[in-house]
Amino acid sequence: MTPTEAAARTLTRRGLRISVAALAALAGVYVLALGYTPVEARQGVAQKIFYLHVPAAWCALMAFSLVGLTSALYLWLHDPRLDRFAAASAEVGVAFSAVMLTTGPIWAKPIWGTWWTWDARLTLTLFLFFLFIGYLALRASLHDPQERARFSAVVGILGMLLVPFIHLSVYLFRTLHPQPVVLKPSAPSLPPEMLRTLLISMLVFTLLYLGLVTLRYGLALAEEARDEAADAAR
Amino acid sequence: MPESLRLALAVAGKDIRAELRSRTALLSAVVFAALVLVVFNFARDPTAIAAADLAPSVLWVTFALAAMVALNRAFTVEREHGAIDGLLLAPVPRGALFLGKLLANLAFVGTVEAVTLPLFVLFFNVDLTAALPGIIGVTALATVGFVSVGTVFSAMAVRTRFAELMLPVLLLPFMVPPIIGAVQVTARLLAGRPLSEMLGWLRLLALYDVVFVTLCTMAFGAVVDE
Amino acid sequence: MPSRDGEPLLAARGLRRSFGRVRVLRDVDLTLAAGDVLAVAGPNGAGKSTLLRVLAGLSRPSAGEVRVEGRRLAGDPEARRAIGLLSHHSLLYDDLTLLENLAFAARLYGSPHPAETARAALAAAGLSDRAGDQPRRLSRGLLQRAAIARALLHGPRVLLLDEPFTALDAAAAERLRATLAERREAGLGVLVVTHHLGEVWDVATRVAVMVGGRWAAEEPREGPLDAFLPRYREWIGA
Repeated sequence: MTPTEAAARTLTRRGLRISVAALAALAGVYVLALGYTPVEARQGVAQKIFYLHVPAAWCALMAFSLVGLTSALYLWLHDPRLDRFAAASAEVGVAFSAVMLTTGPIWAKPIWGTWWTWDARLTLTLFLFFLFIGYLALRASLHDPQERARFSAVVGILGMLLVPFIHLSVYLFRTLHPQPVVLKPSAPSLPPEMLRTLLISMLVFTLLYLGLVTLRYGLALAEEARDEAADAAR
Repeated sequence: MPESLRLALAVAGKDIRAELRSRTALLSAVVFAALVLVVFNFARDPTAIAAADLAPSVLWVTFALAAMVALNRAFTVEREHGAIDGLLLAPVPRGALFLGKLLANLAFVGTVEAVTLPLFVLFFNVDLTAALPGIIGVTALATVGFVSVGTVFSAMAVRTRFAELMLPVLLLPFMVPPIIGAVQVTARLLAGRPLSEMLGWLRLLALYDVVFVTLCTMAFGAVVDE
Repeated sequence: MPSRDGEPLLAARGLRRSFGRVRVLRDVDLTLAAGDVLAVAGPNGAGKSTLLRVLAGLSRPSAGEVRVEGRRLAGDPEARRAIGLLSHHSLLYDDLTLLENLAFAARLYGSPHPAETARAALAAAGLSDRAGDQPRRLSRGLLQRAAIARALLHGPRVLLLDEPFTALDAAAAERLRATLAERREAGLGVLVVTHHLGEVWDVATRVAVMVGGRWAAEEPREGPLDAFLPRYREWIGA
């Protein structure tokens, strides 16, 4: 077994183990959210979706920031590990963005009375999702690994800098228009049970992020090991 | 004249000369923009929405779509017969290459916009006499930013199999801030509002230009140099 | 212009280029001295075209470095000025005439009189009467002559040629051989990749064989081609 194959196997196994552990812990979070935390007075049970929505948003944002950061580092250091990590982080980020974008409207319908509104944060997350998708579509359509790494690093950096602009323009856009009254869900002070459950969920989601990224990184290495074997056979 | 600027102008001049000779892309982009305007007119209910209310959005969506069509061609001409290699072989700073392509794209998109604007006035019956200088200014301010990003993405997209699809997917999110800003400013200009009401948006547009022109100039080398 | 301080015109050390994990160049060392005409042959997929792209600075090596007259090619735009490349592509724009194409190329190299430089290059290639034509109106042979003119335009001291005789008629091929011989006498360098060693055998000073991304063999060009070919077949394992 070549060193690449060995590393790929170790990382894939480790990633799988962490992910499974995180998913098991996630079941625990469900139990906590439904059984332990009190029902919010104004929103009722609908509020419980926030124990999934907020951590997913946190992970998507973290995934995206890390794509931007590793992209910048890649253009400087040209280390393929940074590129592999960025790609893995982007894929996992898409998954978390999807969770965030599906749980959001499910909550919004009973509380805001509409599935979708062009709220600043909502719009921003939608664009995060689009940026991720564009990033991955570009990667999928390029074959030379170095070229793929350079191009996606440029998109990663530009995307990271775009986020504040989108936020700012959507914010300015909103504040200058009449808006329906929006409930601030996590507003003044959360009861300690809610806060605790939320923090535990954030931790579990972060663990899940780490597990999935490790797994994806390992798979990318495995693909490279396959190319390496084919090359050695020539 | 500094050497880099001279080289940038040579690259831009080459693009403009080639475009003036074939004219196919420019004409297509102009016709495309006119068609978008026509489609927009029929995509509204004239009894419910006045043309004037919709005008700023129509203008900017048209500009954005036309720019997309125009940017698609920016690097296809370099791809044919490996011409981009000819540029990269030469002792030309990559920043100067970027500036040259950016200037050519701005000339191209600017021409399409300049032709679209009178059509827009005609079709949507908007009175531009007072707002014209402002409209030209905000158009320039918004266009520089997204054409700059589009120039970099166009250089990438030509290396992919579905370039015509890849460019919009990558570029449209980047067009959102300049277009929101430009629509807001255009609406206020048409309504004759004072400058103070547009200042926030103008600052945003200017900041976008500074950030992305700088970044794209630096990143261009990473895109074209293998 | 002679090369500076006895540095070789072109020197590559430990060149590697891989596409992902697929290695296309595996430790290539080569030197091109003043007056060298180095012919490089090898089977398809040996990495010859990739080598030319790396030597021309169009492709960054994964490891190793290229020096042109002692200057590192990476990160020194001026080092590029010494290099001329003829690739599989003409590097010409279809919407510009030949004259405009070459004048633009001359401008890129900072020529003070781009139009005159372009006219002179076209005249040398025997293309003066086609100066106003667009490349799409030229036959393949004429296009190849225009591409050669473009590669020679800025007076490169190192000329890298990828299959330069493709589509050339006998007269044009003879003229190209004469050009290579002149460069040899003038102390300039040529590296020519070819599948038909016979085309350059008489003007070459050295001959090298590439197999599987490696520099399999290199020797001075001596004796008739027929005496060399058995050795060549052995090297490429045919």
